[in-house]
Amino acid sequence: MIGIEHYVVVSSILFVLGVLGIFLNRKNVIVILMAIELILLSVNLNLVAFSAFLGDLVGQVFAMFVLTVAAGEAAIGLAILVIYFRGRGTIAVDDIHRMRG
Amino acid sequence: MTDFSQSLALIAAEELLTVVGLVLLLCAAWMGDKASRMISIVAVAALVACAFIAAPALCGGLMGPERVAFMGQYTADAFAAFAKLLIYASGIASLIVAPRFFGQVGAMRAEYPILILFAVLGMNMMVSATDFLTLYIGLELNSLAAYVLASFLRNDERSAEAGLKYFVLGALASGIILFGMSLTYGFTGSTNFTAVALAMDGTLATGALFGLIFVLAGLAFKISAVPFHMWTPDVYEGAPTPVTTFFATAPKVAALALTMRVALGAFGTQVDAWQQIVIFVSLASIVVGALGAIGQSNIKRLLAYSSINNVGFLLIGLAAATQEGASAMLVYLAIYVAMSVAGFVVVLMLRDAEGRPVEVIADMAGLSRTRPALAWALAAVMFSLAGIPPLFGFWGKFVVFQAAVNADLIALAAIGIAASVIGAFYYLKVVKIVFFDEPANVVAESGESGVDALAHKVMLLIACLFISPLGYLLTPWLGELADKAAAALYFVG
Repeated sequence: MIGIEHYVVVSSILFVLGVLGIFLNRKNVIVILMAIELILLSVNLNLVAFSAFLGDLVGQVFAMFVLTVAAGEAAIGLAILVIYFRGRGTIAVDDIHRMRG
Repeated sequence: MTDFSQSLALIAAEELLTVVGLVLLLCAAWMGDKASRMISIVAVAALVACAFIAAPALCGGLMGPERVAFMGQYTADAFAAFAKLLIYASGIASLIVAPRFFGQVGAMRAEYPILILFAVLGMNMMVSATDFLTLYIGLELNSLAAYVLASFLRNDERSAEAGLKYFVLGALASGIILFGMSLTYGFTGSTNFTAVALAMDGTLATGALFGLIFVLAGLAFKISAVPFHMWTPDVYEGAPTPVTTFFATAPKVAALALTMRVALGAFGTQVDAWQQIVIFVSLASIVVGALGAIGQSNIKRLLAYSSINNVGFLLIGLAAATQEGASAMLVYLAIYVAMSVAGFVVVLMLRDAEGRPVEVIADMAGLSRTRPALAWALAAVMFSLAGIPPLFGFWGKFVVFQAAVNADLIALAAIGIAASVIGAFYYLKVVKIVFFDEPANVVAESGESGVDALAHKVMLLIACLFISPLGYLLTPWLGELADKAAAALYFVG
């Protein structure tokens, strides 16, 4: 029988993978965008699972809002990435160090 | 409880901002960048109108169920009104300083005032939110506009990099807050602050504790408190200076007010669970902000560390977890906004002979001989940020420490005072460079004339008068308003 714990464990694993994806990735900013999506998806899984578990609709409504905002966030992230690439000609994470200190 | 039409009346300011923002967006699409001045003026007018909507709520100290809109999603109480007035003031300031800065590089676009309006709208929702859902929407509305603002100078590598860094770390912070909210929802069964506080009373479930910590960690990102501060100096340096002015003031106010509402409202029944964390974060911010600033050569980076340092002092008020602490934080916030605006306006007025912005501190050497008025204003800002008594910055620190002492956090207050001495070092270093070093003759000797230059001078004058010893005349009035706002925050029932 799959209970609420299983959902929470899976979503926690996804969340940790997403955070690690942001910090351990040294290659490409696109991977960071994917990691951010992974975090948001783990949250959605959590919300929907809790919503079903509690018999309360708010969680599902919340998940809808998160999906919408995630779309906007990805669009803005990619747009910023494009102007960054135009200026620098690279999107490697190790090269983002024009400012330091 | 209010019905739907009453709810719509309560969010009049937000509706105004939405409509004006959308109409101006159409104007911008139709008329292009040559309409940017008209759009800026309308945007400033809209913010002033919103301030007139918020002011009565604050002066009347309004609170309670009749100020709650949309079935507990939203509240238009005195606390929100206090924060909103500060946000509007910061928004207006960053709109006024923009045309001259962007005009120099030919990049004054009509989108700038619109993005500011949408960011302000998001912040309005943040400070009024009484439900995690509203909180999230407001936070994202503000953040998405802010990411674009940070990378507003599209052809400048530093601006693009600032936007990228702000986006990645901001999105991560939003993700952390969201994960915390989902856990809180799961373990308390509600997203409403009041219901969460009720459900959390008594022993705290491990899942709910994780939720609390994740939410507060994500908020610490947004207010750039240590250990989540690393994005701040880069973003402040890279973003165009008017945008930095905005970042240093309005989102700070909104995120701190939000943190207060969440920590004292939603998690108000579990103060023991977060008080130690806030104490640690506050001391770490003070120390890191002070030490990090010492080696900086760029004035915007220095002001970034200074803002981290100030957030530390502000969090001392939160650590007290009393109504007095909340009131003290609001007083400090008002003074902090004035100090930041004054500081950044000085930076914006520093230009070399070709009109390029001067940001390197060494280039300001001997400013007192070439531009004495600016030098004195900068000195006033630095002394005020350091909290040296005759200036008003001292009062903010004083009320916060007083609240901490009254809440029996004497050790925290003592360490905080000791650490503020470290901070004084780099503020005084700037004053020394400006007044006693050999002139570097980089900054142009005379300022420009014209409406925009005049607006800079007027704003600088107002902000400097506020942070000067004359500001103490305002203390009873400011304290009374902050008390009303804090009472609204603590209103139960």
